[in-house]
Amino acid sequence: MHIQEEYSERHVLSLTVTNEAGILARIAGLFTARGYNIDSLTVADITADHAISRITIVTNGPPKVIDQIIAQLDRLVPVHKVTDLTENGPFVERELALVKVAGVGEDRIEALRLADVFRAKVVDTTIESFIFEITGTTEKIDNFVGLMRQIGLVEVGRTGVVGLIRGKEPN
Amino acid sequence: MAEKSGADILVECLIDLGVEVVFGYPGGAVLPIYDALFNHLKIRHVLVRHEQGATHMAEGYARSTGKPGVVLVTSGPGATNAVTGITDALMDSIPMVVITGQVPTQLIGTDAFQEADTVGITRHCTKHNYLVKDPRKLAGVVHEAFHIATTGRPGPVVIDIPKNVQIATAPYARPETFEHASYRPQTKADPVAIAAAVEMLAAAERPIFYTGGGVINSGPEASALLREIAGLTRAPVTSTLMGLGAFPAASPQWLGMLGMHGTYEANWAMNKADLIICVGARFDDRVTGRLDAFAPNAKKIHIDIDRSSINKTVEVDLPIVADVASALTDMIALWKDRGHKAADLSEWWARIDGWRARNSLAYPESCEEIMPQEAIAQLYKASRSAKDVIITTEVGQHQMWAAQHFGFEEPNKWLTSGGLGTMGYGFPAAIGAQLGNPESLVVCVAGDASVQMNIQELGTATQYRLPVKLFILNNEYMGMVRQWQELTYESRYSNSYSDSLPDFVKLGEAYGWTGIRIESPRELEAGIRRMIETPGPVIVDCRVAKLSNCFPMIPSGAAHTDMLLDPSQVEGIMSDEAKALV
Repeated sequence: MHIQEEYSERHVLSLTVTNEAGILARIAGLFTARGYNIDSLTVADITADHAISRITIVTNGPPKVIDQIIAQLDRLVPVHKVTDLTENGPFVERELALVKVAGVGEDRIEALRLADVFRAKVVDTTIESFIFEITGTTEKIDNFVGLMRQIGLVEVGRTGVVGLIRGKEPN
Repeated sequence: MAEKSGADILVECLIDLGVEVVFGYPGGAVLPIYDALFNHLKIRHVLVRHEQGATHMAEGYARSTGKPGVVLVTSGPGATNAVTGITDALMDSIPMVVITGQVPTQLIGTDAFQEADTVGITRHCTKHNYLVKDPRKLAGVVHEAFHIATTGRPGPVVIDIPKNVQIATAPYARPETFEHASYRPQTKADPVAIAAAVEMLAAAERPIFYTGGGVINSGPEASALLREIAGLTRAPVTSTLMGLGAFPAASPQWLGMLGMHGTYEANWAMNKADLIICVGARFDDRVTGRLDAFAPNAKKIHIDIDRSSINKTVEVDLPIVADVASALTDMIALWKDRGHKAADLSEWWARIDGWRARNSLAYPESCEEIMPQEAIAQLYKASRSAKDVIITTEVGQHQMWAAQHFGFEEPNKWLTSGGLGTMGYGFPAAIGAQLGNPESLVVCVAGDASVQMNIQELGTATQYRLPVKLFILNNEYMGMVRQWQELTYESRYSNSYSDSLPDFVKLGEAYGWTGIRIESPRELEAGIRRMIETPGPVIVDCRVAKLSNCFPMIPSGAAHTDMLLDPSQVEGIMSDEAKALV
């Protein structure tokens, strides 16, 4: 007997939740308990009184499972609203990465040239290394990191995706 | 305002919320609460013998009265022992509030004595849970917890209270009605969906109502409305295990339970229907059988208060997110408003009668051995003289036989562990039900194996003088495990024989119960009558045929139309795909 895999698609979900102890464990635990995927997850409080947080989750799964994920998130008591940005778009998504690259001579110059093309900023430097700050879509950062790997990538820190619906209406 | 201790605030909240009974077990981290209970005589505390027993008693109390069940246990092992019952309540949507003691806040995270991460452990087996670190927040949390446990899709809520929060003081005033910031269950259906449902129902040629525990949770009004809409449409009605009693078994429109051990007519009607109206049920795998062969020609309407139940396993044509009673009220009003009359369903009923004629619940007769089905049938017959009967069950063959052969006419009279399938549920549930219904005849139908999982509660029934009847169908096996081993593993009975069984009669007597043994079909009727007529708690060791199987049966991974009706159809082996299913 073999276990079959299903077709899956990427969705960016944006949640507003009560900013309380355990909320992140509640959300992340729901994904593990029900066997859903998390590609990235970000969380920070977003209101002046720190009462509400926004959680952005990038997940993937068959369309039926995505619907189920939204319904399951929506019934958690501290969840105010769940928006499927992918479904309700168009939307803007951004991720920030810090990319440490080491090298000397021509590699150093090439790293700076590529950084310029990707509009990455140098935020730290030594004689033998740079840390670049880059924002963009997940794909853009993947591409940048892929190029830096060929030059002398040391390590990467990424924030995960945040996103908002375009236009004047809230998510 | 004069300040009160956290423990006193908690107890006053419980009184303000109308709590009459608390099932619990004391321990170090709840001593302040127990001391507060000592002074408040309005709340009856029932001392259990094991915390799991407390949770199932609370479930039995809740399911039979419609009120939330309340549990009070200590930290660490008290809380972890309660986890199975909490999970059971989540799966079967039972309103329950569990108060757990916790080590004082300054010791949390230090592996203190009897410390467990209760909110972490129960996060995914509760509807919601709280750790209260501030006595000023305690009253609000307790009131909110009861609100969440009892509204929307009901479920268990845990409140973890550190010991120093129980002792620290804060002002308490009964909270006014509050609006929750994010929790607002949808109870009223979209009128457009209601209109569409009514038109689909009026146009259907082969409709069937498939009802579940949601009808019972919605309250007695929902059961009355179900009867009304069934009467208006003349459509047949089947139900899940959890929904038994919402529709009267005596009605000619009743097809019996559906699913794995459901009737032939219920499963075939589901398969051939052109419209399924699912009311408060959730297309569980025990009900649907093989998904790609489930009701292939039916349009499906799904009424459920929990949006996540809709399209979870079976895609439906018309979702209605609402409380059952509210949705049925709207549907009935519109049906009458539009002047719909019941369609001519005579052709559909003729087919159903054909399936009924198979008499799928028939079982072989015997004059030597007591057939377990016959024991249930006799129990049903004998208990009809009682004013009010509540049946609880453990989990296994006896549970299915009780569901098949006991007729339920009213909601809240049938208490069983459906979703989680918890052996050890039925006996404590009977104790809880008896506490909530002191005048009723409460019978736990048990198996010899499952009854041992919470048998320590014999002492609880004795202590509170509860006249529960424990009717054990003793076949010396974990019967359902043995049956699956016979069907799937060529009768290799690996560890399913109940060796070293106690003498149940003597065991009962040791606790001050009356013990009765029934060993032959000749003694069955009189033995059951004696059980019912004997005052006080009675344990019955009913020795039944050892190798009986529960039929009809849809083997796992099979379609509704592939039902096995009797042992001659059993091959004793199964494909790996079928074996891999639960």
